[in-house]
Amino acid sequence: MKSCRVPGRGRVDASRPVTFTFDGRRYGGVAGDTVASALLANGVHLMGRSFKYHRPRGPVSAGSEEPNALVGTRRGPGRFEPNTRATVQEIWDGLEVTSQNRFPSLSFDLGAVNDAGYMLFSAGFYYKTFMWPRGFWDKVYEPFIRRAAGLGASPTEEDPDSYASRNLHCDVLIVGAGPAGLAAARAAAVEGLRVVLVDENAEAGGTLLSEPHLQIDGRPVWDWLASELSVLKALGVRIMTRTTAIGYYHQNMVGLVEKLTDHLPALPADTPRERLWRVRAGWVVLAQGAIEKPLVFNGNDRPGVMLAGAAQTYLNRYGVRVGDRPVVLTSHDSAWFAAFDLQGAGARVQAIVDTRPSVREDLLHEARALGIPVKLGHTATASSGRLRVKSLRVNPVQGGRVGAPVTIACDAVLMSGGWTPSLHLFSHTQGKLAWDEEQTTFLPAETREDCVIAGAGRGLWGVQAALEDGAARGRGVAAALGKDSTARAPRVQGDRTGTGITQIELPTDLNAGRAKAFVDYQNDVTAKDLRLAVREGMHSIEHVKRYTTNGMATDQGKLSNINGLNIAADALGRPQPQVGLTTFRPPYTPTTFGALANYHRGDHFELTRKTPIDAWAEAQGAAFEPVGQWRRAWYFPRPGEDMEAAVRRECAAVRGSVGIFDASTLGKIEVVGPDAVTFMERMYTNPWAKLGVGRCRYGLLLGDDGFIRDDGVIGRLAPDRFHVTTTTGGAARVLNMMEDYLQTEWPDLNVWLTSTTEQWSTVALNGPNAAKLLAPLVEGVDLTEEAFPHMSCAECTVAGLPARLFRVSFTGEIGFEVNVPSPMAMQLWERLWQEGQRYGITAYGTETMHVLRAEKGYIIVGQDTDGTVTPYDAGMGWAVGKSKPDFVGKRGLARPDLVAKNRRHLVGLLTQDGSRLEEGAQIVFDPDQPIPMTMVGHVTSSYHSEAVGQPIALALVEGGQDRMGQTVHIPMPDRTIAATITGTVFVDPENTRLKI
Amino acid sequence: MLLIHCPYCDETLPEVEFTYAGQAHVVRAADPASQSDEEWENFLYIRSNPKGPHYERWRHLHGCGRFFNAVRDTISDRFLTTYKAGAPRPELSSLLGDRT
Repeated sequence: MKSCRVPGRGRVDASRPVTFTFDGRRYGGVAGDTVASALLANGVHLMGRSFKYHRPRGPVSAGSEEPNALVGTRRGPGRFEPNTRATVQEIWDGLEVTSQNRFPSLSFDLGAVNDAGYMLFSAGFYYKTFMWPRGFWDKVYEPFIRRAAGLGASPTEEDPDSYASRNLHCDVLIVGAGPAGLAAARAAAVEGLRVVLVDENAEAGGTLLSEPHLQIDGRPVWDWLASELSVLKALGVRIMTRTTAIGYYHQNMVGLVEKLTDHLPALPADTPRERLWRVRAGWVVLAQGAIEKPLVFNGNDRPGVMLAGAAQTYLNRYGVRVGDRPVVLTSHDSAWFAAFDLQGAGARVQAIVDTRPSVREDLLHEARALGIPVKLGHTATASSGRLRVKSLRVNPVQGGRVGAPVTIACDAVLMSGGWTPSLHLFSHTQGKLAWDEEQTTFLPAETREDCVIAGAGRGLWGVQAALEDGAARGRGVAAALGKDSTARAPRVQGDRTGTGITQIELPTDLNAGRAKAFVDYQNDVTAKDLRLAVREGMHSIEHVKRYTTNGMATDQGKLSNINGLNIAADALGRPQPQVGLTTFRPPYTPTTFGALANYHRGDHFELTRKTPIDAWAEAQGAAFEPVGQWRRAWYFPRPGEDMEAAVRRECAAVRGSVGIFDASTLGKIEVVGPDAVTFMERMYTNPWAKLGVGRCRYGLLLGDDGFIRDDGVIGRLAPDRFHVTTTTGGAARVLNMMEDYLQTEWPDLNVWLTSTTEQWSTVALNGPNAAKLLAPLVEGVDLTEEAFPHMSCAECTVAGLPARLFRVSFTGEIGFEVNVPSPMAMQLWERLWQEGQRYGITAYGTETMHVLRAEKGYIIVGQDTDGTVTPYDAGMGWAVGKSKPDFVGKRGLARPDLVAKNRRHLVGLLTQDGSRLEEGAQIVFDPDQPIPMTMVGHVTSSYHSEAVGQPIALALVEGGQDRMGQTVHIPMPDRTIAATITGTVFVDPENTRLKI
Repeated sequence: MLLIHCPYCDETLPEVEFTYAGQAHVVRAADPASQSDEEWENFLYIRSNPKGPHYERWRHLHGCGRFFNAVRDTISDRFLTTYKAGAPRPELSSLLGDRT
């Protein structure tokens, strides 16, 4: 295997070899390599296939902006990650790397036929192509697109890694540990300031890692860097590497993702894979540097074509020569230094091709001295080579005319179109950008955040300038925080500064309409696509972006946005600032769902509220259902029983003897105070003033719009004390609503509201034997019809426990709800269970509760009502205190639409063929009308009823209360069911069973 | 994440402690029965949707539990001020004057 490693170069450790695999083949690298640098060291440029055309691609950059070299990485079972950037992933012994978007193999790919069909796959291809015939969409087009679409393959197994999150408060957060960030940290690190410096790379230093020729304060740059980092640590600066600032949120909250284990050969047992940091900083210094721009020319995407700065990084940081015979193609001085560095490392640079007619004399002089041929005022018009670039076709340009081509053989093309400040995080702050005509780029202007930008991020080039700006910004931030900093930037020798010009597509003598000059490598968007989008009427950069997908890939247009803007502006004939840049959005680089979800997975995804009876129910083999955040016992199947059989048995037991039910999840609110009764009068529809102490009443709560919001039984325990119950799911909402009215509408009322849902647990007993079972256990109340009639409540002792006892029924049978302090609930339950054995006591769940209440026509708010149902619609006009001057919802009930005829009313339905209706099924009057039919309501509740002997249903039907006995129709996919409208009470309409 | 000053606790705290509670200074008439259908419709449903300063209600739900009022800039999302329920509506000119 060919080695492109240059001995003695780079910061990698040649004495520590590392072996990994790429597409199953073993490769050797060294400690400190990324996947990209190690493969390049082995002469491998081909690392992937492109998204749309499946063109062979290699790395174009050496950092997180990489659009091409996306790979899958695997660490044993379950640990697979697609779309990892090979330029960022560090290698370790045993790492498995696979290429993407290829079939059957990376070097021979069938999808590459798309490339031959390039002229077909232009911008807006999908919009235009799959329009007809319409019937083809489901069966032909969509499956085809779905197979072809997507980047990489999703992991198929659950992620076994753990992820963490933490908060961090600091005075100064510095993003980017290059020269500007380092100098800012040094200046801000004064006594008493907490300074955090983060960098996405494996080590701090930024561009200093790629420029070993520099001297800082008279010392070799890497020596200076090492000692500067130890000084910063000694000053208390927290330096976090492999840590990406993914988003900049309101008021200086910055999200960081720290990668802790992806570079380790063995996973530590006690370390999360990644940690999400929520940082709240007093000041933020953005020192993110600049990103090099590719040049846009036909064939600028072949493996071996890369950014000149990346080639320098591979050489100087990783000790890898990316080509033996490179050509440098540039419009900026910086690439000349790449040529000089590579020539100095044993490469034979075939030519420096510069689009500018003239360049600085010292550059020309050095090129001559190194024996590098120079072609000024040239353009590149094509490249050749299937899996690796083999030649570059260049032509002189004079007076706008492209002259005769020359073909230069080469094994790499190192390009530079200049540099773009990295504005992503600044853009997250809604910061304003200002167009800089001289540099032809946007620079950061104003932001409302306490944030400054340092160094190349605001268009300053060169290490000396970055250090000085960083130090100045650091001092400024310290001053803003009330500290005096005197830090000064060190002196740099050997700094390479330069200038350049901005190019749109390079001029060509070939048919520009056939050129494959890529702007967005990851989404395969070419200059031709952008111009076509403008021609087809996309005149806003936002439309151009969406039509072409330029800048919409996972790299967020780090390389492509500014080139795309320049080309679109040229096509529109408008200056760039009038065309504008699209908005960058978080995250800065692709972020794992693991980091974002961190602790909130599995059992911790959402909390599960459990009652004190939950463990007993589980031991009894109960099936559970979620209700709000509660998990409630749904039914208690015996061996061999399915849900239907269990519910049938439970229903019969309640109606036949006695059932026990855990109603602890009911919301409970204690309403107390001298004005409690006034408050209740105003909140609920019902009258409360005359409700005696020791009595309870069904209460209905409306919104001010007149629609039902909640309901529940409310007991008056004292003249100034109400025990209010709410629906299980509505408890928090009702308390919030009560607080809202109390605090903001009636602050004059002297009332306290306290949630007691968790403090009281509620055990319900229902059935003809309920009173017989309970009476001997109750002290203080005589459970007779006379002493404790239906709808009574009392504070008493039950089974020796302090209790609030309610005689209420949600089943139509004799019923009691015993509230005891939650820690005592299991004790009560066990006692009732034990004493109830002589009556064959049966535990029942929410499903049986639903059936029994439906048989009695008791509504469930949110199931039989939907936020548009009034008490009159629900047949509960009796609950409305019409003579009260006001209550919440009273005025709403008088609104024109609420008093209109033909509203939907809650009614009962009995099917004529005895079948069970589906909840949610739509209802029509005339089954023979043409489609689309006029729907007049829907089924809200439907159950098999043992007591009735056939299925029963509740439904909302237009004018239903005036249509008793009429037939309605419920069209289903296979047939239409006829049903008769009835009242809502199916069992014991006279309520005889409630009597003891 | 925004930082919000609770005028009752007199502390500036993270947004997760608070919940939004709709537009502020929407007054429920003392005698709703006297309200015309249109007036009641306005009270129930009609809200402003300004680009810029917006009077709104928040509740310090995971704190003191109090409802309070705020002026927030819907462009920057930032709070210009917060004040206790029942306090008069602050003049915009004085709030905007503070902005640099």
